[in-house]
Amino acid sequence: MKPTDIKNPEYFHKVVDCQYACPAHTPVPEYIRLIAAERYTEAYMVNWESNVFPGVLGRTCDRPCEPACRRGRVEEEPVAICRLKRVAADNKGDVTSFMPQGPFVPNGKKIALIGGGPASLTVARDLAPLGYEVHLYDNQPMGGGMMRSQIPSFRLPDSVLNEEVGFVLDLGIHTHFNTRVNSLRDVLDQGYDAVFVGTGAPKGKDLADLPGRWDAKAHVHIGIEWLASVAFEHTAKIGKKVIVLGGGNTAMDCCRTSRRLGGEEVKVVVRSPFKEMKASPWEIEDALHEDIPILECHVPKSFVVEDGQLKGMMFEKVEAKYENGRRKLVSTGEPDVFIEADDVLVAIGQENSFPWIERDLGLQFNEWGLPVLDEKTFQSTIPNVFFGGDSAMGPKNVITAVAQGHSAAVSIDLFCSEKSVHDRPSPYTNLISQKMGIHEWIYDSPVSDDERFKVPHADKALTLKDRKKEVELGFSPETGFKEAQRCLNCDVQTVFTENKCIECDACMDVCPTSCITFTVNGEEEDLRSRLLVPADNLSQDLYVSDTLKTGRVMVKDEDVCLHCGLCAERCPTSAWDMQKYLYSVTKAGNQCGILQELTT
Amino acid sequence: MTYIKPKFRHPDLPKNAVGFTKTDYEGVISTLCAGCGHDSISGSIVQACYEMSIEPHRVAKLSGIGCSSKTPNYFLNNSHGFNSVHGRMPSVATGANMANRDLIYLGVSGDGDTASIGMGQFVHAIRRNLNMLYIVMNNGCYGLTKGQDSATADAGSVSKSGSVNPFEGIDLVGMALELGATFVARSFSGDKTQLVPLIKAALSHNGFALIDVLSPCVTFNNNVGSTKSYDYVRDHIEALAEIGYVPEKEEITVSYDSGSSVDVELHDGSSVQLHKLAEGWDPRDRQAAMSRLQQAKAEGEILTGLVYVDPDSKDLHEIIKSDKRPLNSLKEEDLCPGAGVLAMINDEFR
Repeated sequence: MKPTDIKNPEYFHKVVDCQYACPAHTPVPEYIRLIAAERYTEAYMVNWESNVFPGVLGRTCDRPCEPACRRGRVEEEPVAICRLKRVAADNKGDVTSFMPQGPFVPNGKKIALIGGGPASLTVARDLAPLGYEVHLYDNQPMGGGMMRSQIPSFRLPDSVLNEEVGFVLDLGIHTHFNTRVNSLRDVLDQGYDAVFVGTGAPKGKDLADLPGRWDAKAHVHIGIEWLASVAFEHTAKIGKKVIVLGGGNTAMDCCRTSRRLGGEEVKVVVRSPFKEMKASPWEIEDALHEDIPILECHVPKSFVVEDGQLKGMMFEKVEAKYENGRRKLVSTGEPDVFIEADDVLVAIGQENSFPWIERDLGLQFNEWGLPVLDEKTFQSTIPNVFFGGDSAMGPKNVITAVAQGHSAAVSIDLFCSEKSVHDRPSPYTNLISQKMGIHEWIYDSPVSDDERFKVPHADKALTLKDRKKEVELGFSPETGFKEAQRCLNCDVQTVFTENKCIECDACMDVCPTSCITFTVNGEEEDLRSRLLVPADNLSQDLYVSDTLKTGRVMVKDEDVCLHCGLCAERCPTSAWDMQKYLYSVTKAGNQCGILQELTT
Repeated sequence: MTYIKPKFRHPDLPKNAVGFTKTDYEGVISTLCAGCGHDSISGSIVQACYEMSIEPHRVAKLSGIGCSSKTPNYFLNNSHGFNSVHGRMPSVATGANMANRDLIYLGVSGDGDTASIGMGQFVHAIRRNLNMLYIVMNNGCYGLTKGQDSATADAGSVSKSGSVNPFEGIDLVGMALELGATFVARSFSGDKTQLVPLIKAALSHNGFALIDVLSPCVTFNNNVGSTKSYDYVRDHIEALAEIGYVPEKEEITVSYDSGSSVDVELHDGSSVQLHKLAEGWDPRDRQAAMSRLQQAKAEGEILTGLVYVDPDSKDLHEIIKSDKRPLNSLKEEDLCPGAGVLAMINDEFR
């Protein structure tokens, strides 16, 4: 193999599994160390710089970082990254001095943001400090988009959302709430230099063709619309017997909200087998904890209505059969099942909808009704119209919307500066030695043996009575510290300098997880098989040195490296060094003020 | 600050025939200087015992005093151990071996512990062919007292402080051959591909097995002018043969042209396979070994590998015809067979 090019910013980035897996590439180990040091404000700001909504995400993120966490490969459970983020948000002090300080010198450019959700707010956050005049339009009375309308208050208190939406709006954003945009042409005619569309995926799927659907319409609700109606306090009650159709996170929110609005017998009914449900495992767990049964392999057949009154639904029992990797739901032949219900919530997915975009403007849509976009720049076929969030590539999650918002903001800034949107600035990176003394490192190198800590919950008797009472209580600072110590500091990289190596083998002998092997070079497949422990996890790279004096090379399998620093500690010549790698995604204007300040 | 080795290990760590992973043969984290050759030797001992599937409780590790003699704490933590007085490891090993011949004896010593204060003990252990592996971690200096020349430092070798050693160095390999040792080898801590099979062969040998391992002292004897630095040893090393160890139950699958290779069957049925032999040398010929050693010395080479082995070696217990059972397991009725037996013995003298 060729020697690894550690100058490529992506090499070490990939070693930081959590950060690499995060759509916004939040520097996770960096803020976890700050939490352990009780520097919650700084930990919050590292997050804020990267993902704009640490308090929201610390409660509601889909956590793509956690399945990626190296700790999960070394022992059973990953670090509770998401809940540590909340520790930073809950315990932060005054953050205003760390925020961009307005008023900002206007740069003469004016942009419109359609929709007030996480994608638009991210664009606003990134561009306002650069002097853009930012106009934000939303049909709701307050900002936040789906974070407000679809995430129930018992998971995300209003106060947390209001604060974080406020941080952005306070940057001098011109808000136009309660204003539905009905025509993109009108917006374009107003002479904005660029328009960003972050209108989400606002249309819930229906079962329009199912028999009885329209006879029972008063008691059949579309999940996301119903959640929004609850959030804005138009709906305060539901029947005692409730069926929730669907197996995603919206279904989990619907059933748990129903329990708080008078639903006593709430059942979730899904078509698929239980283990294939789309909802996050922890949300399923929380629903089960609130005495909500989940019935799998039931396909809706009809709404049963008698005398104009909804009585319940009929379901066909099926089983999953797999052919050529494709799933088919096949009837088991058992008699159909009737389930009683006073109300039915349909939470079977959501779709994009752009009735307000005139089709003769030159903005092209693809076969799925989504705008045709450049995947990196988020530029549409109208050069000054950009998309982000669920409206760009279909429904995903908050953190993806934020990541796309950052990218779109970079594009808008380049576009407005009359530069090519494809010629994007590099990420900000930095690599700093952590050595302080013979056995001393700037980071806390010993590896904690603790298992993952559980987040305490409020008493069910209390939370089911009050829709706004938050269920998760968050880690206490003490537990937060212990959980933070479980982090392996994967951003503190093992950096090898071959011309210093005297091949004493000390690193190979001391490495607790047998990651390092000195051997003769070969092709990757061959080399992987010849290591002390064969490197079978192909998703993890091999770090290969140039040829050493004896003709061998150093090969390190990154897979289960604990970043404990023992290789560097036992190295007599400092051929190994532990160096902290900071990677900050490219953002508009390349500001990484807080990160640079905190980490250099 | 870490003298703490994390408890996590590679989840796919393989297991040997007795169900142990390499971790089960490790010791505590070393407190020797970073990069010390001794740590590599400890690593090789761990590797060899793991690969031979030796149950750790069957090993007794013994040592004297010095950096080398600290190492038994860094390997085989589940084995028996005895850290003795300076230079007195051989007599403790002799006593232990006499009391329980069933254990595997692994002695670790240094150049000071062996060639200076312990010389008197060392030579007699060889002479008696005590069944043990005796590893000398040889760095040519007294590392624990800040690097003075030891008795194995070569004449002309320059110390870190710049002084030139005026005295002849003791060659432990040559001396062991002269004393009639039955397994004599030299190796280098930085060459595990050679050292690990040598340790395995030595553990299979019936009798006294010496491995003199050049083990650079990174702190006090790794300077230019030293003849025991990493660079000097690597530049002057001359391996007698490529070595492979074949356990008893495995068939020898690699075969080389006769004349260039030798298979030596050891006491326990395993064998050592030596390939690409140096010219004019046969590991079973003591005289040839001695002259090859002299030749290397004259040419300024450091000869490594299995220098000499006597596959028919008889150990101390066989020489003195002691009981086949470990003496410590003998019961009172074995040791005091009664008046009848005494009368029989007495009758022999009438």
